[in-house]
Amino acid sequence: MDKLDLLITGIGGQGIIAASDIVAQAALVSGYDVKKTDSLGMAQRGGSVVSHIRLAPKVWSPLVKTGEADVMLALEKLEAARWSRYLKPGGVAIVNNLAIPPLAVSLGGAVYPQDEEITNIIKQHTDRLYVTDGSRLAAELGNARALNSLMLGCLSVFTPFAEDTLKECIAQRLPAKVVELNLAAFDCGRQQIEAVVNIGKD
Amino acid sequence: MKKLLSGNEALALGAYHAGIKVAAAYPGTPSTEILENLAGCDGVYAEWSTNEKVAMEVALGACYTGVRAMASMKHVGLNVAGDPFMAAASTGVDGGLVVVSADDPGMHSSQNEQDNRHYARLAKIPLLEPGDSQEAYDIMSHAFDISEEFDTPVMVRTTTRVAHSKSVVEATGSRKEFKKQPDFCYNPTKYIMLPAHGRMRHPLMEERLGKLAAYADSFPLNQIVIGDRRLGIVSSGVAYQYARQVFPEASFLKLTLSYPLPPELLKRFAATVDRLLVIEELDPFLEENIRILGLEVTGKKIFPITGELSPDVIQQAAVKAGLLAAPARKKTQAAPQLPGRPPLLCPGCPHSGIYFVLSSLGQRSSLPGKPKRPPKLIITGDIGCYTLGANPPLSALDTCACMGAGIGQALGMKRAGLAEKVIAVIGDSTFLHSGITGLVNAVYNQGQITIIILDNRTTAMTGHQEHPGTGVTAQGQETTAVDLAQLARSIGAEDVKVIDAFDIKALRAGVKDSLDNPQLSVIIVRGNCAVRLPKRSHPRVIDQDKCNKCGLCLLIGCPAIRKEDESISIDITLCAGDACGICQQVCPQQAIAPSGDEVKK
Repeated sequence: MDKLDLLITGIGGQGIIAASDIVAQAALVSGYDVKKTDSLGMAQRGGSVVSHIRLAPKVWSPLVKTGEADVMLALEKLEAARWSRYLKPGGVAIVNNLAIPPLAVSLGGAVYPQDEEITNIIKQHTDRLYVTDGSRLAAELGNARALNSLMLGCLSVFTPFAEDTLKECIAQRLPAKVVELNLAAFDCGRQQIEAVVNIGKD
Repeated sequence: MKKLLSGNEALALGAYHAGIKVAAAYPGTPSTEILENLAGCDGVYAEWSTNEKVAMEVALGACYTGVRAMASMKHVGLNVAGDPFMAAASTGVDGGLVVVSADDPGMHSSQNEQDNRHYARLAKIPLLEPGDSQEAYDIMSHAFDISEEFDTPVMVRTTTRVAHSKSVVEATGSRKEFKKQPDFCYNPTKYIMLPAHGRMRHPLMEERLGKLAAYADSFPLNQIVIGDRRLGIVSSGVAYQYARQVFPEASFLKLTLSYPLPPELLKRFAATVDRLLVIEELDPFLEENIRILGLEVTGKKIFPITGELSPDVIQQAAVKAGLLAAPARKKTQAAPQLPGRPPLLCPGCPHSGIYFVLSSLGQRSSLPGKPKRPPKLIITGDIGCYTLGANPPLSALDTCACMGAGIGQALGMKRAGLAEKVIAVIGDSTFLHSGITGLVNAVYNQGQITIIILDNRTTAMTGHQEHPGTGVTAQGQETTAVDLAQLARSIGAEDVKVIDAFDIKALRAGVKDSLDNPQLSVIIVRGNCAVRLPKRSHPRVIDQDKCNKCGLCLLIGCPAIRKEDESISIDITLCAGDACGICQQVCPQQAIAPSGDEVKK
């Protein structure tokens, strides 16, 4: 695979922008052309966030087309359902098993979808759905905020560049005192996916 | 060396390498980071100006002394700066003057999606449009050179998708050093725009435009890419990137200097292709200007005039018009309606308490299951984080037009004879930007209104920039802080209160008192922005035995307070704790109390 169209989604404050910056930097040092764009809206905290990253020998648009994403990392389940239409048939959805109900749900104006409903929505686009207890695993390692690095570890199974490049970019991007924890989270994420995916098939 | 830069970072680096000496701006998404990046550069004076008009004037004055200067702003900021912007087009420059307008197609964080390319045409000045970060970097040296060669301000127009996307930049240059000392040359017919002088300048502007059109024909970044000659696509900005992806085979004319149009280049391109198509975001700006050249062209008949373009949008429109075959794709069921996740006021936001008070005093929201009553208060507002108070459950805003508009609107409503009390809410940065003149006007014209200044000590929505009330400059120097209360009193407002944003009792009493005052009143609600909280301690918890599920705390609209499976709880990882405590104050059952755990951010 000489290209990757990637979506990273979740809630503002989960470290999505940092994660997508790290992937883009890894692509750059691996010799790819790369463009990334984050849809932020007015959200500072708590809003829906989606980051598009495209890498290839030459990239024109920073936006991934619907139905063409090779991989989607979702740090929250409702957001996984919301953005899954971007996945290509047979694309890889890696979903963190975490539900953060929007305010409208708390106020009784909307209902948070059941797991089965979320799975059904994603499976309309791909059968390759991997759910990970990333938040819990990151918390067990020391801090739930390392979730984004754990998800990058999951992603590293599918990137066209070496996992070490991603790890180096994590180490460069994050504050020194949290690097060790984040690299441990990365390894944990990678092991999660390696346990269920036959890498040779890709 | 290759680097990943956002469009805004690349514009700043390009301007730095082009030898910029003075940069001025008012924060506005998606333009803010341009000045933030220049503020850290050696040899550059960078300031947050009180508003875009002043920023434009600062840059204009600087360029009159022969140095290179830039004013950057969001698209609607150029409306504010319109007067000096048009004047700059008349006087021309000495040192290079670049005006960056960051447009927001799709309105990611704006009140409209006006297409500011029209401003270049209105002002008869050249327009450059980058499509990614490399182009943003490359454009800047051209922009300053063109400005000086043609004695004109140059407009650089970006869009959110260029400004905030990151892509690879090979920064080839290094900072250009100018030996010449700043020097203002007395030249009244150029710099003093009296009618007699303006009449002399206008023909020169027309002549300048003609020369620029000829220059555009040979401008190196206006490029023809020959592919399949059956379809020739003219495009600019990020729309060109999308179009190249969707039509990999077609022929292209990529316009970077997109006003004035290069007439000969366009005619030559049109002659080599069977059909001429324009793909551009928002208005048919290129399309109409191409048609004026006498060329047959299609654009907005196929591609939408509203909203942001994307490869998806272009592809769908092209398929519908028969330009592309429909992609074979598996049919999926219609996506179910999923609950939205709109932006919210943060946990611990200093605006939540006052909005809660206004909402309850004004009967503007009601408990779940309780009937809605007619509101007793009209609340005019404007642009900032506090615009989010318009959303349920607070529903505490009736208007939002533009920066500073609420005060004038409130006065207009009262003077029209509206019976209800009218309150204008405005942020601290916005008040300094364009609320002061509104207050002067309201005092002068004896408005019976209450003006609430929501003073969170920063320009929050755009990412916490300093402003004249904070006492710190864009480059981190300490300076005089404008005292808002003293300012309001000096204007002539007699009833001026300063109230703690997290003291619900005081807020309620203060608002009631001001509303009862038949004169104009000002309330400054002061509390630090929650995003800047240094430490979060004692997050609040709900005692489930005491809670009777009345739901009043949910009406604060705090994202940390959630109702799940009929029980209400507070997410301690989000709660601002001791810095806020609003929910604890409003709970009628006293069911909310500080937890014993210290949770650090």
